[in-house]
Amino acid sequence: MSNLSQKTNYAGSQGFSLIRNSKSSRDIFEFLMTGIATACILITLIPLFAVLFYVLVKGAGRLNLDLFTKLPPVAGQTTGGIASAILGTIQVVAIATIVAVPFGVLAAIFLSEFGKNGQVVRWIRFITNVLSGVPSIIAGVFAYSFIVLKMGTFSVVAGAIALAILMLPTIIRTTDEALQIVPQEIRWASVGVGASNYQTALQVVLPAALPAILTGVTLAVARAAGETAPLLFTVVYTNNWPKGPLSPTLPSLAYLVYEFARGFDKVLQEFAWAASLVLVALVLLTSVIARFATRQKQF
Amino acid sequence: MVLPNQNVTGIPQSRSPIEKTLDQGFVWLTRLMAWGIIVVLLLLGFPIAQQAIPAIQEFGLGFLFSSSWNPVNNQYGAFPMIYGTLVSSFIALLFAVPLGLGTAIFLSEDFIPLSIRTALTFLVELLAAIPSVVYGLWGIFVLIPFLRPFQMFMYQNFGWIPLFSTPPAGPGMFPAGVILAIMILPIITAIARDSLASLPPDLRQASLGLGATRWVTIFRVLIPAAFSGIVGGIMLGLGRAMGETMAATMIIGNSNNLKISLFAPGNTIASLMANQFPEASGLQVSALMYAGLVLFALTLLVNIAAEWIVNQVKAKYQ
Repeated sequence: MSNLSQKTNYAGSQGFSLIRNSKSSRDIFEFLMTGIATACILITLIPLFAVLFYVLVKGAGRLNLDLFTKLPPVAGQTTGGIASAILGTIQVVAIATIVAVPFGVLAAIFLSEFGKNGQVVRWIRFITNVLSGVPSIIAGVFAYSFIVLKMGTFSVVAGAIALAILMLPTIIRTTDEALQIVPQEIRWASVGVGASNYQTALQVVLPAALPAILTGVTLAVARAAGETAPLLFTVVYTNNWPKGPLSPTLPSLAYLVYEFARGFDKVLQEFAWAASLVLVALVLLTSVIARFATRQKQF
Repeated sequence: MVLPNQNVTGIPQSRSPIEKTLDQGFVWLTRLMAWGIIVVLLLLGFPIAQQAIPAIQEFGLGFLFSSSWNPVNNQYGAFPMIYGTLVSSFIALLFAVPLGLGTAIFLSEDFIPLSIRTALTFLVELLAAIPSVVYGLWGIFVLIPFLRPFQMFMYQNFGWIPLFSTPPAGPGMFPAGVILAIMILPIITAIARDSLASLPPDLRQASLGLGATRWVTIFRVLIPAAFSGIVGGIMLGLGRAMGETMAATMIIGNSNNLKISLFAPGNTIASLMANQFPEASGLQVSALMYAGLVLFALTLLVNIAAEWIVNQVKAKYQ
């Protein structure tokens, strides 16, 4: 009996026992590392809550009906809104979405339905991922050289095309993944009753994956709404109401934040925080909706 | 009574030519769009290079190593911005890599119940969704004042080290690096977590079965096995940090003079372009395009390498 307990003691002190011992160096190491990992995630989340907290606190002061109905103040004024910027952002993002969604969804249909998982498909997926890493400013410079210089004028369309390039990889990747999850049986069933390729793809597989695709599209839209850099190169910021797709000027939320934050005018800075609050609320809302939408699976 | 062969003849034996064309046309349309992605990527650099030609002819490769940026004399060199891009990205990695790796381990191992882990993963992803310009605004009014005491302390006690040799001016390379770290944390975490989670469970079971503890398993088995994936994620983060524009522009200080000190204002290629482009003309536009081309080439190389490495890991364990 005493022999046995001696044995356990010996083993424990050398770190070979399976019993936890707060004094063994092995268990201290385990405890310490778990603590460090926990600290890592807590530190990672601090900036998120700090940004959300400050945007809410500093932006809430201007959160009233004026914010959504009036034009931004000029120097000296103390009241106003960001209505034009909201409309302008909606306009440029809507054009970008109209360009990017058909392009992206059709490309994704090829990748998951007709590409037969060959070498080409692998390359296109690779290129799509690389494209998602291209800096947003490069998309802006591209639209400047390719459209603004050719048309001879800045324009909302040029900005929208830059945004569309940034939206494409997200749309392609989410659509591609959503289509791949659709079970093979419903394709066989569709072909079995005599449907052709495009009927199967458009009327059977695509509707089945629609919730996940819409999620991807809304995430891309939210991201595009927050982009500023491409607009620096393609349109001229204005406080006035947006004037249509070919206009060289555009009010936009993200640019308003950039413009007003750099100045020393306290009132304008308040509007920068309010516009940030609207942008962050948009992003949070789409992210949360997206999360719940993708949870509901059709199959 | 319906005869069987009547039924059979009722079904057309083959599709009509119009339907066939339509079907083929649709497949070709999707193929065209898919190939279009490759065209978009190839096309991105082309007009930028075209615009850069005058500056390339004027300055050649010396552009990369000269540190005078003077629009008045039409003298342009991008060395301070290339230096600033690399240094701010390096600071970002310095903070983001250990934090991201720790977070990824925490989120991929079973320290806490799955439902809480899913929620935490979502929160980390949200960090990536916040617009860059909002980080910039927050950086100006919250982060810079917050970092000032730390920077002051380093300057007063370690000022003899060149890296800390200037009094903190507010905007600068160091705050920009911290903001970039926050912005690239989600991608590093996500890729590292995916790499760890995609390891076959047998690895973990075998290690635990041999008597290894949880952290010994993580350090000796899981991290080495997922190493290339983690490196790929870090490189993707590096690519993001180098190309990030708005947040960097808003808090780096936009000084075109080369300073070794991290507390002095600096500049990155992206923030140089964002800042000077709206007022630029003539050769200056061309010089900015040249700088943009350098940035595009740098980020493209890093991203291609990163994607390649990440793909290798996926291929290995599938």
